Amino acid sequence: MLLLTCPNCGVAAEETELAPGGEAHLKRVGPGSEDADFEGYLFLRKNPKGVHFERWRHANGCGKWFHAARCTVTLEVFGTYSAQTTEPPKDILLKIDDKRPGWRG
Amino acid sequence: MRRYSAFAIAREALRHHQGWERAWKSPAPKESYDVVVIGAGGHGLATAYYLGRNHGIRNVAVIEKGWLGGGNTGRNTTIIRSNYLQDPSAAIYEKARSLYETLSQDLNYNIMFSPRGVMMLAQTEHEIRGYQRTAHANALQGVQTEFIGPQKVKELCPIISLDGPRYPVLGALWQPRGGTARHDAVAWGYARACSDMGMDIIQQCEVTAIRSENGQVSGIETTKGAIRTRKLAIVVAGHSGVLAEMAGFRLPIESVALQALVSEPIKPCMDVVVMANTVHGYMSQSDKGEMVIGGGADGYNNYTQRGSFHHVEETVRALVETFPIISRLKMLRWWGGIVDMTGDRSPILSKTPLGNCFINCGWGTGGFKAIPGSGWAMAELVAKGEPGPLAAEFGLDRFREGRFIDESVAAGVAH
Ligand SMILES: Cc1cc2nc3c(=O)[nH]c(=O)nc-3n(C[C@H](O)[C@H](O)[C@H](O)COP(=O)(O)OP(=O)(O)OC[C@H]3O[C@@H](n4cnc5c(N)ncnc54)[C@H](O)[C@@H]3O)c2cc1C
Ligand SMILES: [Zn+2]
Repeated sequence: MLLLTCPNCGVAAEETELAPGGEAHLKRVGPGSEDADFEGYLFLRKNPKGVHFERWRHANGCGKWFHAARCTVTLEVFGTYSAQTTEPPKDILLKIDDKRPGWRG
Repeated sequence: MRRYSAFAIAREALRHHQGWERAWKSPAPKESYDVVVIGAGGHGLATAYYLGRNHGIRNVAVIEKGWLGGGNTGRNTTIIRSNYLQDPSAAIYEKARSLYETLSQDLNYNIMFSPRGVMMLAQTEHEIRGYQRTAHANALQGVQTEFIGPQKVKELCPIISLDGPRYPVLGALWQPRGGTARHDAVAWGYARACSDMGMDIIQQCEVTAIRSENGQVSGIETTKGAIRTRKLAIVVAGHSGVLAEMAGFRLPIESVALQALVSEPIKPCMDVVVMANTVHGYMSQSDKGEMVIGGGADGYNNYTQRGSFHHVEETVRALVETFPIISRLKMLRWWGGIVDMTGDRSPILSKTPLGNCFINCGWGTGGFKAIPGSGWAMAELVAKGEPGPLAAEFGLDRFREGRFIDESVAAGVAH
């Protein structure tokens, strides 16, 4: 069972407490954008085999959103972090560099 | 290829079964092909088969990283039905279902198609209205279905409890010519027929890169060396995102785990397929007597072919409610597959941003039933370079243009 520590309330939550929210750090596009931009924002996904950054909600807990860095091949969790950011924090990136050299490929 | 027949069995019985041929060859890859298909699941093999049979293109290789049929094709619960709501879906799924009717004869391979009937239970007022609407749509599409009441449900499947604790059975959408088939046999039958046409099925060979020149595909790199090709068909289900990245584009697809399990074998007790979408579980009985059980997919990206325990628990709980007699059955085997989910829960058969590179994916939790129709339509797309009527609506451009084929509301369950 997947365990993620919610950075908002500090609870180590089981999967049944959490709701997955899909790929993280998508750049939202605005009204003047091209169809292709909307397609990218709304539908096209990285869906990586390996390191993945995603959104989760502590649905049956504090109810708040957060981010997680996870490996989709081993289900290893590299860490969780605040929802109030547009990119993964440095310490998590360094940890991933350490465990998955070359993942940024 | 020596044909299988009752006579062949008798002949071999008299000579200690020494005369059976290998069902397919295991050749080394050639330097180049007219068409390379990546993925020897049902959809990839059927694509190759109909390329040969319908379009005369036989210089074809099917490249498989594991063993043929070892992906979702060998992991599914084998439900075949075509009672979809939207016209483009009904067309391709009904084409597939009707090809299944005679596939054993066409391939000279017993795929054990069993049109035992599929019923989808209505357990809320909303579902009744939804299924009645689908039954009307199916009547217009020429797909034979019927909305039946609870008494008919009980007659067709006596082990159902009509007044479950949470959701009573209020009726069902019944497709009498839906059913099941032997999943491995579908892959094996197509593989044997492809090999017989002179095609190369290359197993234990992973595609690691896609090569192009001037925006046109020119070949692939594999763990068994480079192969040149004029046309490429990517048919890899859960790994579609990985291959798309190699080809330089992104897909509207997320890969998630879907699980299934089978019980110990018991005496025949159920001769139809039952899907209960509100409580989220479905069940049928295999020819060996095992109860074949499936439920919902996980909600997060996963490539492990292993899913969440709590989903299985939910599925089994729902089915015990619906079929109280299974409450003491022991479960024998439990596994997962990686399914390729699109936002509108409809597949993609499409040209791609890379010239002469085509993709067939997005069948998600429900593509076993579609294998013959999908292969038929994909072969046409690859051979002619443009989609025919079956594939036309399933292009990648529908996401940009907002022309969804929205089956997510209609099905709402793994199927
Ligand atoms: C548990 C479960 C239950 C299901 N139940 C049903 C059901 O009842 N009815 C129904 O209609 N559908 C069902 N499905 C869905 C169905 O199984 C799939 O939609 C269908 O089998 C997909 O077939 P495919 O040929 O596209 O993919 P697959 O059979 O997965 O084949 C793809 C192949 O591509 C290969 N591949 C991947 N990457 C590479 C690479 N880099 N190089 C070479 N080869 C590669 C893989 O090894 C694999 O063999 C179920 C699925 C699951 C997992
Ligand atoms: Zn929390």
